[in-house]
Amino acid sequence: MAVNPFDVRGLPGTASAPPSAGDYLTDRVFRYMAAGAGIVVILLVIYILYEIGGQAMPAIGKYGFGFLTTAVWDVSAARFGILGEIWGTLYSSLLALAIAGVFGVAMAIFLTQDFLHARLARVFRTIVEMLAAIPSVVYGLWGIYVVIPAIRPAANWLHDALGFIPFFGTSLSGPGMAPAVIVLSIMVLPTVAAISQDALQLVPYKVKEAAYGMGTTKWEAILKVLLPTASGGIFGALVLGFGRALGETMALAMLIGNSNNISLSLFAPANTLASLLASNFPEAAQIEVEALMYAAMALLAITFVVNVAGTAIMMLTSKQEVN
Amino acid sequence: MARVTSFQPAPAIPDLRRSISDRRAIWNMILTVGVWIVAILASIPLFSVLYMLISRGGARFSLDLFTQLPPAGFMPGGGFGNAIVGTLVMVLIASLISVPLGILGGVFLGVLSPDSKLAAVTRFLAKTLTGFPSILAGVFVYAWLVLAMRTYSAIAGGVALAVLMLPTIILTAEQAVRMVPQRMKDAAYGMGCTQTQTIWKVVLPTGLPGILTGVMLAIAGAAGESAPLLFTALFSNFWISSLREPTASLSILIYNFSGMPFENQIQLAWAASLVLVLIVLVFNILSRIVGRPRV
Repeated sequence: MAVNPFDVRGLPGTASAPPSAGDYLTDRVFRYMAAGAGIVVILLVIYILYEIGGQAMPAIGKYGFGFLTTAVWDVSAARFGILGEIWGTLYSSLLALAIAGVFGVAMAIFLTQDFLHARLARVFRTIVEMLAAIPSVVYGLWGIYVVIPAIRPAANWLHDALGFIPFFGTSLSGPGMAPAVIVLSIMVLPTVAAISQDALQLVPYKVKEAAYGMGTTKWEAILKVLLPTASGGIFGALVLGFGRALGETMALAMLIGNSNNISLSLFAPANTLASLLASNFPEAAQIEVEALMYAAMALLAITFVVNVAGTAIMMLTSKQEVN
Repeated sequence: MARVTSFQPAPAIPDLRRSISDRRAIWNMILTVGVWIVAILASIPLFSVLYMLISRGGARFSLDLFTQLPPAGFMPGGGFGNAIVGTLVMVLIASLISVPLGILGGVFLGVLSPDSKLAAVTRFLAKTLTGFPSILAGVFVYAWLVLAMRTYSAIAGGVALAVLMLPTIILTAEQAVRMVPQRMKDAAYGMGCTQTQTIWKVVLPTGLPGILTGVMLAIAGAAGESAPLLFTALFSNFWISSLREPTASLSILIYNFSGMPFENQIQLAWAASLVLVLIVLVFNILSRIVGRPRV
């Protein structure tokens, strides 16, 4: 009788053996479970959209599009509108992004372009990472007791001297846009710096050498060769940083003053969508909860668009680098 | 025979010495100084925060903080033992949900079918979810669990944190299992291992440091979160006695006490911040220790 010479089952001293029927079964079950975990993420996103959308439906029907274009929040009269919050969200995030963009990209250049001994660079990199690790409420507390007292004299001097400029149109009495933007920019900085660093590190070293070979100074190479080459990734970093700023909640709820107020002034209190949710939701009655769900839906839509754009930009640019 | 009528003068040899007064050199120096100033300015907030935590939070540091309950209005003393327990319980619930799910998802994306359409969609949505505003996780769990259970609870708080931890764990686990060299997997297949056996015996043990790094970072982030707990776990002035009741957490305690007009509560808020930052830092440092490549 012919014996299959490759059938090693039962032979002593062999390390390898074909899988048994049980092995095949567990293999199949495990693979389905893993695919299931992937599907959970997709279902989670769909379910988030469904739940928040479903809860917002009554308010969407009741207040319609006007909810987004009026700036009232009157629970007793059941009149709600979030134009003030949309303005505050975009205004604070754009200002914070402007600061964090300059600082974050500069920091990324500083850390990747051999300005420092490797050990010192690691110290600064740890500092940036620790900035990201500090919880939002702690930044809020710090903002209340450090940032606001620190900037109040300067803010009020600016208001007295240059009050005719709309940006300085009011005095800073306590919470307001300026301290919120300062703290927000600190919180966004690590995101921008980290992603920009990755983008700069993806630029091949020979590109920089080529620039040096042409006789550029270090900074000419950085500004004219490196930054344009890495511009896709840096742009993605800014978009993702903007997304972070839009959704940031606790520090803003503690610092921005929660006042339904549309103003260009940096020193006036304002409100954002996220901090409206944080400060009104816990004590809201049914009718206000519906309106807040509509506001949550608006925040979800804005951040979703920004994050999808940022993620797509990052994926496209990293694909370019490979080709 | 061609006659050379005139010689072109040789072009002047450029002066290659670096001159400090050269406009380009000056710009170079200004920008270098500028980027140093930016780096130092960006470091100031961290040191200011740490200084305030140590000076104001450390001043109040005592054993009472860990054993006593939060004080009411004008009361002196007190602590936030219940909030520390609450934070740890909710982070534990969140980890129990998100760690197994996240590692499985990471294995799916990194090993089982990295190039399938399902993996592409999952990866894209997970990346999008990392930028998902944390407060919306709270709104989502409120609409789903709090309304269904008719109470704020530690379970709801834990689920909200799990939603935020899941994408981080999936994406870092994917990176970690991708780092496992193909030849190690091939060796296992050559021995007759099924994919599952290869994953359990080769891929996961080899990728473990990277996976644990992601898990620790996700836990550190979740411990510091407050927005998703605001209206899922709410707050409580008492020790936790069941998972189905409102539960205290350090971050919500800081938020509540920061706006109070009482010096005692503000001191407690600083002390709680110090404890919270220490917890977050412990997990951050753990992530570095476990992630260190072993030689």
